[in-house]
Amino acid sequence: MAVPLTCPQTDPAPALFSVRGLRLSFPDSAHKPLFAPAPRIEVLKGLDLDLPKGQITGIVGESGSGKSTLGRVLVRLMRPDAGQVLLNGQDISTLNEAALRPLRRNLQMIFQDPMSSLNPRHKVWRIVAAPLARYECGSAPQIGLAERRDQALRALERVGLDPGFGERYPHELSGGQRQRVGIARAIALEPEFILADEIVSGLDVSSQAQVLSLLKSLAQEMNLTIAFISHDLSVIRHLCDNVIVLNRGEILENGSVEQVFSAPQSDITRLLLDAIPLPELDDKWFD
Amino acid sequence: MADVSLQTTPRARSGRRNLRLWLPLAWISTLVLAAVLAPLIAPHDPLYQDLFLERLPPFFMAGTEPGYWLGTDSLGRDVLSRVIYGTRIALCVSLIAATATCLVGSTLGLLAGFFGGWWDRVISRLIEIWMAFPPVLFAVLLVAVMGTGLTSVIVAIALIDWTRFARVIRAETMVQAQMDYVDSAQIGGARRLTTLVSEILPNVLPSIVALLMLEMGIAVIVEAILSFVNLSLSSDVATWGSMIAEGRNAIHFAWWVLLFPLIALFLTVLSFSQLGEGLKQRFDPVLQ
Ligand SMILES: Nc1ncnc2c1ncn2[C@@H]1O[C@H](COP(=O)(O)OP(=O)(O)OP(=O)(O)O)[C@@H](O)[C@H]1O
Ligand SMILES: [Mg+2]
Repeated sequence: MAVPLTCPQTDPAPALFSVRGLRLSFPDSAHKPLFAPAPRIEVLKGLDLDLPKGQITGIVGESGSGKSTLGRVLVRLMRPDAGQVLLNGQDISTLNEAALRPLRRNLQMIFQDPMSSLNPRHKVWRIVAAPLARYECGSAPQIGLAERRDQALRALERVGLDPGFGERYPHELSGGQRQRVGIARAIALEPEFILADEIVSGLDVSSQAQVLSLLKSLAQEMNLTIAFISHDLSVIRHLCDNVIVLNRGEILENGSVEQVFSAPQSDITRLLLDAIPLPELDDKWFD
Repeated sequence: MADVSLQTTPRARSGRRNLRLWLPLAWISTLVLAAVLAPLIAPHDPLYQDLFLERLPPFFMAGTEPGYWLGTDSLGRDVLSRVIYGTRIALCVSLIAATATCLVGSTLGLLAGFFGGWWDRVISRLIEIWMAFPPVLFAVLLVAVMGTGLTSVIVAIALIDWTRFARVIRAETMVQAQMDYVDSAQIGGARRLTTLVSEILPNVLPSIVALLMLEMGIAVIVEAILSFVNLSLSSDVATWGSMIAEGRNAIHFAWWVLLFPLIALFLTVLSFSQLGEGLKQRFDPVLQ
């Protein structure tokens, strides 16, 4: 059903992720018969897609269309039922946690709700330093605590938080600052890929703009590949290079932003595009 | 006036909060001192019987004997000295038994709540079966089987009360395990057990501490109950429970024998439970 839609004309960037035939289902416990296993609901119905290196790919779709599930499979918080997830040519869809651990350094994630994703009992610098500590242990023996703390503070600086914030607890920050900490943690390991799942939906409009422009400039600076999940097509249009439109676990559109926005293939996309007031965002945001 | 009350309210509240911390601490420190210095500060040998001095009233009543501040019991033993020596057993039991209970119960609760699945099924079933026994009867049975003595009292308390920790900590761990910071730790390359210890444990620790303090109070009561039914220690050791048991027989003509250990017990249990709450509020960065 889902025809892979590629855009060969302008897209020479090699793919960081190649996903082929991705299927995932959840048990439907509401309709479980008494003495039989629960029936399964298919959430991802055989997806094929590529995420080009060094580009931002937006993923949109209505609530429940499987965006977060797809993202969680990419960073392997979930294991698909079938299909391949090729990361630089290596299939990671069936690796176990021990085999994934060295790869995780390259696959980072920024969460929707920083209140939940930042441990309330840890100071900000510790939150950022924890993954650093885990991955530096192997290569450089015995990096001191002070050194690690400095690294964390440098990461905080890159997202525009000065070192004083390192000593705070997450609840002592504003929403925008919290989300910056989430970004700092994700970039501290210098990953190739970042999954950003609705990272601005809890923020007010001006913090949204700041966080998005920060993400954009970091992406350029660090040559990041980003999967950007959002409800907001106007944000996607301004931030992303490519866009994938999901509907009920199937891909409706997959192509560059200009291509999809100017010539949408499906009626549903057309409806989505019509439903949003497009010239809402100012390009100055991303300068 | 409205201004003034608005300004003083936060300070008054934090003052009350501090009181909740310092009053119990003061009482418990007094107990610790009394336990450690018992031979130095107790005016009499707690076991020495003097039948000529039986049932002396406390100092504020008529017919007292100097030096017997809180009077004597039916065998002429000094009540104050026995209360002081009784703190030794009370503190010893509460500290060791509550810590053991806490370690067993919290560990099982954390494992069940975090790893779920098979771990949870086994541990939850165990808790259910355990809770079907009436606790006091259970304690009496255990001590009857293991024989009296400090060790069996401590083992009995831990064996009975671990479910209190396991249930609460399991539930709290399950809530914490849903938080994104757990996924985030996995993304950051943390092992499951590391996540449990360094991410989830700090979040359930305030509850563990509060429960631990509560348990210390409970341990004192359980020891007193076991002493009361003569199952704790041999009668040649002064404990609050045995004093209460003995005092009960003479309540109509020597109520002080019962009253003073009861007050000590009450204040101690109250202090531990208040200390638990006080500590939680004082050292919780999120609540401040
Ligand atoms: N752990 C789970 N167990 C069972 N069903 C699930 C689970 N997680 C997601 N689902 C179901 O899978 C479908 C897709 O969920 P997903 O979270 O990927 O949607 P989404 O596109 O991210 O939606 P939203 O925009 O609301 O975040 C939904 O119907 C949801 O109910
Ligand atoms: Mg989602």
